[in-house]
Amino acid sequence: MVTDLKKIWCVIIISLVILITAGCGAGEENDNVVIVYNWGEYIDPDMLDLFEEETGIHVIYDEFETNETMYPRVEAGAAEYDVVCPSDYMISKMIQNDLLLELDFEKLPNARQNIGAQYWQQSEGFDPGNRYSVPYCWGTVGILYNRTMVDEPITSWKQLWDEKYRDEILMQDSVRDAFMVAEKIYGYSMNTLDEKELLTVRDALIDQKPLVQAYVIDQVRDKMIGGEAAIGVIYSGEAIYTQYENSDLEYVIPEEGTNVWIDSWVILKNAPHQENAIKFIDFMCRSDVALKNFEYITYSTPNEAAKALIEDEEIKNSPVAFPDLTRYDNLETYIYLGEEGDMLYNELWKEVKSY
Amino acid sequence: MKSKKHLLAAPYAAWAVIFIVVPLCMILYYGLTDKSGAFTLKNILAIATPGHARALWRSILLSLISTVLCFLLAYPLAMILAEKKGNSHGFIILIFILPMWMNFLLRTLAWQTLLEKTGVINGILAFLGLPALRIINTSYAIVLGMVYNFLPFMVLPLYNALSKIDENVIHAAEDLGANRIQTFFHIILPLSVPGIISGVTMVFVPALTTFVISTLLGGSKVLLIGNVIEQEFTQASNWHLGSGLSIVLMIFILINMVLTALFEKDESGT
Repeated sequence: MVTDLKKIWCVIIISLVILITAGCGAGEENDNVVIVYNWGEYIDPDMLDLFEEETGIHVIYDEFETNETMYPRVEAGAAEYDVVCPSDYMISKMIQNDLLLELDFEKLPNARQNIGAQYWQQSEGFDPGNRYSVPYCWGTVGILYNRTMVDEPITSWKQLWDEKYRDEILMQDSVRDAFMVAEKIYGYSMNTLDEKELLTVRDALIDQKPLVQAYVIDQVRDKMIGGEAAIGVIYSGEAIYTQYENSDLEYVIPEEGTNVWIDSWVILKNAPHQENAIKFIDFMCRSDVALKNFEYITYSTPNEAAKALIEDEEIKNSPVAFPDLTRYDNLETYIYLGEEGDMLYNELWKEVKSY
Repeated sequence: MKSKKHLLAAPYAAWAVIFIVVPLCMILYYGLTDKSGAFTLKNILAIATPGHARALWRSILLSLISTVLCFLLAYPLAMILAEKKGNSHGFIILIFILPMWMNFLLRTLAWQTLLEKTGVINGILAFLGLPALRIINTSYAIVLGMVYNFLPFMVLPLYNALSKIDENVIHAAEDLGANRIQTFFHIILPLSVPGIISGVTMVFVPALTTFVISTLLGGSKVLLIGNVIEQEFTQASNWHLGSGLSIVLMIFILINMVLTALFEKDESGT
């Protein structure tokens, strides 16, 4: 019996060794790569091919749906990434938790020349000194509505609480964006940590829940195009695309104000291919590449050189793609709320969702 | 001879250690510690907070309803299949298993497209002048998704158990004067209990823990305990709380299994 057990353990150990060595072997096949972790449908795939063609660096590309799903994977190191494209508040969280590499701007000439000064300035809010991030896209959060399905102009977040749109409302299934909508109605900051304010906001979202058709993220776009809902919360970048597909759709920045966000390229501190990552970011800042990307994803570009190349005057002066932000005095950008703050928001969001 | 048999089991033993025992220990470790690594029961007791308790209660309710519905749908079908001899029953079973060749996620997404407000079913209903069906993004749609996805797991064990019943036993009951209803309740049903038990377990457990069906067909409006756990891992990055809630869920599954095992013993004893 004892020998039996020994044999079993031998077999177990041998199979473990095989498994482990096989695992190691797989990782070493090609070193000239860059591993990119970006939002879903947030790049023109032809640009990845072009980058491979010009530099010979193979791009391994992976996508995430929200900042919140991206962060644990990057933090746990479950997968090794080089370049990531998080939003403002998530970048400040990553800076605080020492996950990011300080960029060498000597190697980023396109970024320095092409990105507009106001975007660098806006970045200071979450990346003081502009040391870690290069702006990729920016925009607002607003309401997309179907003109044929509403009988009044939509101007306010409050209309998302209107009984007459029962079952016609799409909300964002991401905690910060959902809370922002209610916070703005009450005139609170979207970065508030005041418990009383947050409980009011939670109750408002619970009140709204019976009217909401669904909490979705990327699907807002398809559902609005298909006429599945009348009114939904959406990122400005999606709005232009949806208008191409369905001309009844209209995007509006509500009068109570909204979130102005920036998604920026960053490089992870433990990135295995840092040189290639820098090349990738600078390639993305080249005016022709940024223009192609803008035309494909229709998210506002901070790349002034690319904007100058846009031929379609209507798009170039579009209030959706390039709104005149000086007209609003109640715009804010999310900031990182700290671990405690994150937990509080998550807890309240769960109470809304489970109600 | 004996030692060779043991050797054959070694690959599975290795598999079980790496992919079952080790992860279970990790869940226990994470569930019973906090961020600093100190022992705590906080993550387990968190099930009592209103949000979590509501999600757990809703999961239990919906999975019980789905299990009962699956049973009511599957039992008659399994009986018909078991009575049929020859090629035709093989064909019916094939038809039944055929959808399982397609990915579970795709089948659920298909239901989303079917049930949507502007979806296929409502298109047909509108064409016929009938009122629209509005169950997408409600608990009803989730129950529908659970029943649809898990029904084969109820049919197959029931079919297995029923087709093993010796026909002579049924004939004997009839000879002794039992009518069809009496035969069913006194002979067929008790003899099929092992099939019922594995069927119920195979439907109830995945239904209790699902989070995909509730996300896709519930529009994220109906939060089940599976969704809460999934979000703790993927969004809130609180592995400790996620593991703690998983432990609670495992306790509920264990209770279910103990209850069914007791029931089985009871049945075979009489």
